[in-house]
Amino acid sequence: MPTTSEPVEVNIGPQHPSTHGVFRMVAKIDGERIVDAKMVVGYLHRSMEKLAEERTYTQNIPFTDRMDYLAAMTGNLGYCLSVEKLAGIEVPERAQYLRVIFSELQRVASHCMATGAFINDCGAWQTPVMYCFRDREKVLDLFEMTCGARLTTNYMRIGGVAFDIPDEFLPALDKLVNDDLPYRFEEYDQLLVGNEIIMMRARDVGVVTPELAINASLSGPMLRSAGIAWDIRKADPYCVYDRMTFDIPVGYNGDAYDRMLIRIEEMKQSLRIIRQAVHALPAGPHKTDVPLAIRPPVGEAYSRVESPKGELGFYVVSDGGPAPYRWHVRAPSLINLSVLKEMTVGKTIADAIVTLGSIDINVGELDR
Amino acid sequence: MPHSATLTLPGAQVAERIRAAVPAAVREVRDACVVLEPAAAFDAMRAARDDAVLDGKFLVQLCSVDMITSIDVVYHVASLAQNHIFQIKVPADHEHPEVPSVSPLWIGAWLQEREVYDLMGVRFAGHPSLTRLFLWDQFPGHPLRKDFMSMPGGQKSGLSQFPKQVAGQTGQEFRPKHPGSGT
Amino acid sequence: MTPALLTLITKHWYDIRDLSNLSHKIEQLIADAGGPHWLIYVVSAILGAGGIVSFIGGVAIINIWVERRVVGRMQSRLGPNRLGPFGLLQPVADAIKLMQKEVLQPRTAYGLIFTAAPIMFTVPGILLFAVLPWGRNMTLAHLDVGVLFLLAASSLGALAVFMAGYSSNNKYSLFGSMRVIAMLVSYEIPIVLALLGIVLFAGTMDLNGIVLFQAKYWAPMVMLQPLPFFIYFISVSAELNRTPADIAEAESEIVGGYHTEYSGMKFGLFYAAELINAVVVSAIISTVFLGGWWAYKLDELVPGWMIYIGKIYTVYFLFVWTRGTLPRFRVDQLLAFAWKWMTPMAILNIVLVAAEVLLWEQSGWSAGFVIPLYIAVNNALAVATIFAFMRLLAPKFERFPTRLRYYAGIDVPSLPAATAADTARTGVQAV
Repeated sequence: MPTTSEPVEVNIGPQHPSTHGVFRMVAKIDGERIVDAKMVVGYLHRSMEKLAEERTYTQNIPFTDRMDYLAAMTGNLGYCLSVEKLAGIEVPERAQYLRVIFSELQRVASHCMATGAFINDCGAWQTPVMYCFRDREKVLDLFEMTCGARLTTNYMRIGGVAFDIPDEFLPALDKLVNDDLPYRFEEYDQLLVGNEIIMMRARDVGVVTPELAINASLSGPMLRSAGIAWDIRKADPYCVYDRMTFDIPVGYNGDAYDRMLIRIEEMKQSLRIIRQAVHALPAGPHKTDVPLAIRPPVGEAYSRVESPKGELGFYVVSDGGPAPYRWHVRAPSLINLSVLKEMTVGKTIADAIVTLGSIDINVGELDR
Repeated sequence: MPHSATLTLPGAQVAERIRAAVPAAVREVRDACVVLEPAAAFDAMRAARDDAVLDGKFLVQLCSVDMITSIDVVYHVASLAQNHIFQIKVPADHEHPEVPSVSPLWIGAWLQEREVYDLMGVRFAGHPSLTRLFLWDQFPGHPLRKDFMSMPGGQKSGLSQFPKQVAGQTGQEFRPKHPGSGT
Repeated sequence: MTPALLTLITKHWYDIRDLSNLSHKIEQLIADAGGPHWLIYVVSAILGAGGIVSFIGGVAIINIWVERRVVGRMQSRLGPNRLGPFGLLQPVADAIKLMQKEVLQPRTAYGLIFTAAPIMFTVPGILLFAVLPWGRNMTLAHLDVGVLFLLAASSLGALAVFMAGYSSNNKYSLFGSMRVIAMLVSYEIPIVLALLGIVLFAGTMDLNGIVLFQAKYWAPMVMLQPLPFFIYFISVSAELNRTPADIAEAESEIVGGYHTEYSGMKFGLFYAAELINAVVVSAIISTVFLGGWWAYKLDELVPGWMIYIGKIYTVYFLFVWTRGTLPRFRVDQLLAFAWKWMTPMAILNIVLVAAEVLLWEQSGWSAGFVIPLYIAVNNALAVATIFAFMRLLAPKFERFPTRLRYYAGIDVPSLPAATAADTARTGVQAV
């Protein structure tokens, strides 16, 4: 009698130490190979876009904290930029430089977490996670010094930033950027880059071709790993990025290993930007005078920032009232998952987990 | 190295190129966007993608806005090689909105169209698997619509005032039947 | 009081050094008191077994702390530090926690096998201690075929894993246990072959005999036979389900593996059995490769069993060190490693050892000439073998990874639009 085998449906998630939040993938597996994959999201859907229609523009800033909760500063920044574009508000120089400094610090923190979690997915029993968290803690200490919160910072305001930096900020930042972090990144270089086991796990896993990347609207490290040199900070500069000199790292293969390298390199480039910004930080007001419940003119605006996860865009429609008529967030985590099936079908479960880790999704932003 | 900002193409230029390929597709030309006819929207957007000048190979985002007389589906399309972005709107009927799906043109659209269907109720013709994304299958209505949970007497929405249309309804009927699966 | 204690200790130093004297004294007591013949054997067996089991119990408790604390320090964090000084009471808390947890059994699990599996997993670990020599005359069961007993008893663990996975009636457990059994069975072969090399060289399967061989020729086996040490260490960390081979507990993949459904003290038994197995294996390595209770005349000062325990913990520290440092292999990579690398290397080693033993017997050279010669030759050949395998078999990946490109501005080539071939697997066909 011929033996047959039936594919079995297995849930990966929603509670799982490895998926980055409550994300569920239903995989049909045959032995160790995935035959079909379907994703189920919405476990963290909080209807932020609907809630925003009943709150003033300033009251919506804390929502952006909680969407991508690991990169709150860039979320705040994108939202404030879109409202400022809609209402035609000018932001003072000092505020722009402060925004750049905090966005780049947030990029360091988020990429630290992403790299640590990725290597945890490759199986390294949490040692790299602890090392990466150590550096993230130092950045979060700076955030706490400035705005009182480590994670949901709520720091940017429409027209500038909420608080000016305290006196002890610049010396602490100087020590961090010039003494601590470069030494740590060298440690990462020695331990992680060229680590054979990570190369075996992550090379040629989760490959994305350039045509597919553009067609699937990928952005951030996923797009750059496929070989396309596109970064919103260079293409569509906001704040004072056009005055900063920095490089964007671009990969060759489009696989998970390239993405890990890109994230580590972006952290180093962020330090470069922070040094230039601190050097050129002017004196002045940290926020223009904007009424608490501003009423932008009727119209719509779309503006975008380069968040650590990809292109984070905010589309705001105003009807002249104090609350937005419609507010939509272009979430990079959701759109980067368009190619999940392409990357996981035909591969093993272990590879699927590594792929998911390399996309670096954040479910708060995915579900909103 | 000179830094360029992304150019936002004016509606007139986009409309001219689209009209050159698909004459009857453009309904209205505005300052910053082009409004297309729903019937010809697929061909028009294929023209926008394949056109040499517009080169709209990168779909930036796809969302929907409930303008009370119609539901507008808003597309932002960009060209990475030439670094410009333009906006297209496709209005749909408010009661039974239906718009052709652009997921064969841009893969990035298929998840965003599912989100629009889930939250706004717009059906996308030709979408490979149009199912709800965030909410469970039996969720009543589409939340982002302006008339969702609008109650007589101008009452504000809130969980204790979940719409009660039938006497004896407690609101527990709207919970998912199988908590683990979301259906 | 103290001077009296000191004189007592120094007078009976020989007795304390070698605990077999204690059992001999007790046997003489019984014989003098006119007890039956069999009582002597029973009493000495109970004393020996009691000593070993209390050692095991102590080790299981202490190693929980050692493992967590040392791994924590390696990860630049503190490890348990709340309970007791330096967190030393952490194992007590763990034991109490496990004992008072509700022991859940899924209704559809096969009850008898489900309960028997953790017991069957623990028992071989304890059994193996019986043949290990703790001193010159201190072996509980002095078997002539000690190595054979070791290999036979340690294979029982694989059966227990299968029992656990199958009886849980849970597809995750089944997958986990299937992967683990494939790995365990594959790594048995390099273990057997590595130990075979040692047995050939020493000429005896008796573990005490192997230690005496090393004592006689003043060279621990790790110097004489580095390749089997290397093979044995790696294969046995795979058998123990320790990182880098711990797919059984790959928490980030298939949650718990074969012990998903176990809770309470049954899970505690699995956990304790893993620790006990780790110590047993460290003990075997210390006996066979590092010289056991012998340490270049040190055993005249320090009791042999103390030296032995020191060596056990050194090798255990090596296991914990690898665990804290290396990421995990994928299961197919592990199996490839066992069959393509470890087994051929072990077979080559046996050929080499057989040739050496033959040469030694036939030529009649003196030990003082042959042993250093063999040390040099074996080390050189071990290094050469490993390099040869790396050159021939290692997957061709970049020795120095391709670095990224750096762009100062955006640079997007105008690419053609994606076709259906590009998007074939996404589920959406591009047009």
